[in-house]
Amino acid sequence: MMTAETTVPGMKVVPKRDPIQTDRVQLMMTCLCDAFFDDAARASVECLEEAGCRVVCPPEQTCCGQAAYTSGDWETFRHVVRHVTAVFADPAPIVVPSGSCAAAMFHEAPIAFEGDPDLPRVQRLANRTWELADFLVNGLGIRSWRGRLDARIAVHDACHTRGTPTGPAMRTLLDGIDGLERVEFPDEDVCCGFGGVFSVSHPHISSRMGRRKVANVLSATPDLVVSADMSCLMHQRGIAEREGCAYPVRHLSQVLRDSMVTGS
Amino acid sequence: MSRQALDIFASELDATVLQAIDIGARSGVEKRLATLTQDYEDPDALRRLAGQLRQHSLDHLDEYLAGAERRLEENGAQVHFAATTARALEIVLDIVRASGTRVVTKSKSMASEELDLSRELASRGFEPLETDLGEFVVQLDDDHPSHIVKPIIHKTRHDVARSFERSGLGDYNDDPETITRRARSFMRDKFLAAGVTITGANFVSAESGRVVVVTNEGNARFGQAGADVHIVLAGIEKVIPRDRDLALLLSLLIRSATGQRITSYVELIGGPRHPAQPSGPREMHVIFMDANRSDIVGSDMAPILRCIRCGACMNSCPVYRESSGHAYRGVYPGPMGAVLGPLLADEGFGKLADLARASTLCGACHDVCPVDIPIPDLIARLRERSVREKVKHANQGVPPMSVYSLVARHPRLWRLVMSLGHLMERLPLARLPIAAGRAWLDHRTLPRWRGGRFRRWLRRSEKGRADD
Repeated sequence: MMTAETTVPGMKVVPKRDPIQTDRVQLMMTCLCDAFFDDAARASVECLEEAGCRVVCPPEQTCCGQAAYTSGDWETFRHVVRHVTAVFADPAPIVVPSGSCAAAMFHEAPIAFEGDPDLPRVQRLANRTWELADFLVNGLGIRSWRGRLDARIAVHDACHTRGTPTGPAMRTLLDGIDGLERVEFPDEDVCCGFGGVFSVSHPHISSRMGRRKVANVLSATPDLVVSADMSCLMHQRGIAEREGCAYPVRHLSQVLRDSMVTGS
Repeated sequence: MSRQALDIFASELDATVLQAIDIGARSGVEKRLATLTQDYEDPDALRRLAGQLRQHSLDHLDEYLAGAERRLEENGAQVHFAATTARALEIVLDIVRASGTRVVTKSKSMASEELDLSRELASRGFEPLETDLGEFVVQLDDDHPSHIVKPIIHKTRHDVARSFERSGLGDYNDDPETITRRARSFMRDKFLAAGVTITGANFVSAESGRVVVVTNEGNARFGQAGADVHIVLAGIEKVIPRDRDLALLLSLLIRSATGQRITSYVELIGGPRHPAQPSGPREMHVIFMDANRSDIVGSDMAPILRCIRCGACMNSCPVYRESSGHAYRGVYPGPMGAVLGPLLADEGFGKLADLARASTLCGACHDVCPVDIPIPDLIARLRERSVREKVKHANQGVPPMSVYSLVARHPRLWRLVMSLGHLMERLPLARLPIAAGRAWLDHRTLPRWRGGRFRRWLRRSEKGRADD
């Protein structure tokens, strides 16, 4: 099909992706979708199918292991990544509805396997792992998402997608939807304070950052807060709810899917 | 409590301090971005290049250091090597004693903070004077700098006016110009009385032996004009290959640090006074300080030594902005301090290992770093080390991964946990002695548990099968 090569401004190294040879893709559902956000995973499947992919979702999958990486327990992280390489042994692209889990595979796993005999296997996994929006736009070459959704949307970029093609890809997709208005808010590029284990080791700072983010987002009075990562949204929504504010969050895939339904 | 020390420090901070830091840091972020993007089509390409240049300097540090030593000596300077901060202090004290002076002027130098130089000189009966205005205020207050470029970012001008009043420098007056004029007239006599002046070095060229010092107040140069002896204190990593590399490095350093195109003063010091020169120090000593740096050069943490001390990473760091530089308990705050602090600590890695926890790994620091240091990756490596070396306080409040490790490797167990998770909702989670659960729920709600539903949908729609 097409060679997928993407260069973006920013400093993070995104591996040069393997060309996409097949219409078959493997979905890594992520632990958060497995536990809390089933509709985001379901919408991801539906969007990929709409884009012409055949989606398989290996049932033996568990988690990407990132919590172990950021907590510093790399022995556990390597164990989990080895499990991931076994479950996703198929050479088809791996698509993840989370920029954070995708980065755990393509950026963090190769760091934790430096000097390990399994590094080549892990690097091959890295080279075929994509965040969903990045895959749709830069992997499949979709330039515009046809659909309709009358909503004002605030887009939150997860910090793990800094310097990756995810942010521009999300905007490319959203901007093709009729009726959708993207609203801007102050300090869009500042972290919301989730940070995985940071949220519980530094709860005071984490929640202060979260309250600032929520206030900034709400100042733009969006109908929906949309991201390629449910983890940040879970933290933000949790904070807003504690403060008694409504904070309607959606995964990007849910917006894309809902626009399809309303539009057709 | 199972919270980290830095989080506790942040929660006890005064609101006015937080506000002062937030304003100062944000103005740094804005000015930096404005000049960089105005002046360069692709600042990221320059940052990558500067990162390669600094990494190259480190990869060949032994050669460049030897080259710098040779050139400096040819230029008439005396070169000293100090393995530790304690040794560096001894060398400084020997030189100051030999000069017979009591008054010592000093410009801003983070390396000197590593030896707590001003306090050490004062405790031995000398009269050290910090001549950078911010550092002067730090000295008046017996405080510590909380930012490497803006040492009193945590203070307001009202604080400064009160410090001046307390120190006998006139009645309360918070007009910045008045404050500056008072400091200047106080310092003038000291500059003339000082026999020794101490500076840091932003760079030392291996090609020419030139020592580069940038300031906005001209105080480093003024110090040299008045003193007979000039001591330069520099970390061994400050050496760069050639003079022409300064074009790139100074352009990025200054824009990243203050948002200026160039500082008011950029000194390239070629050595002590030449017989043909009317003034200047007769003696010049350059102390290259190791203090754990050579261990870092040879490790996977080497990229942190590319650092050129611009402070952009702390300006851009939301954790720094919520906690202040003092929360980092050492010389170097913010993201670069979270890496350098634990590695440079005289007492060993454990002392400040918890600083590596003070990050969401958001990457804002890497995005602004003029020498492309992958700070989040280095922080993650330090966390790994603190787990491996079982540094207790560094892992305070971090949930252990043992149960997770087991469940995440056993798909059947994983699926069982997923399908039973809703039972958790019946428990009074916020009151259970599970520190992580409490830390989460004190500030946030949890969404409803819907474990296993996606998998059931998959099975019904037969997508769960491999399509063979």
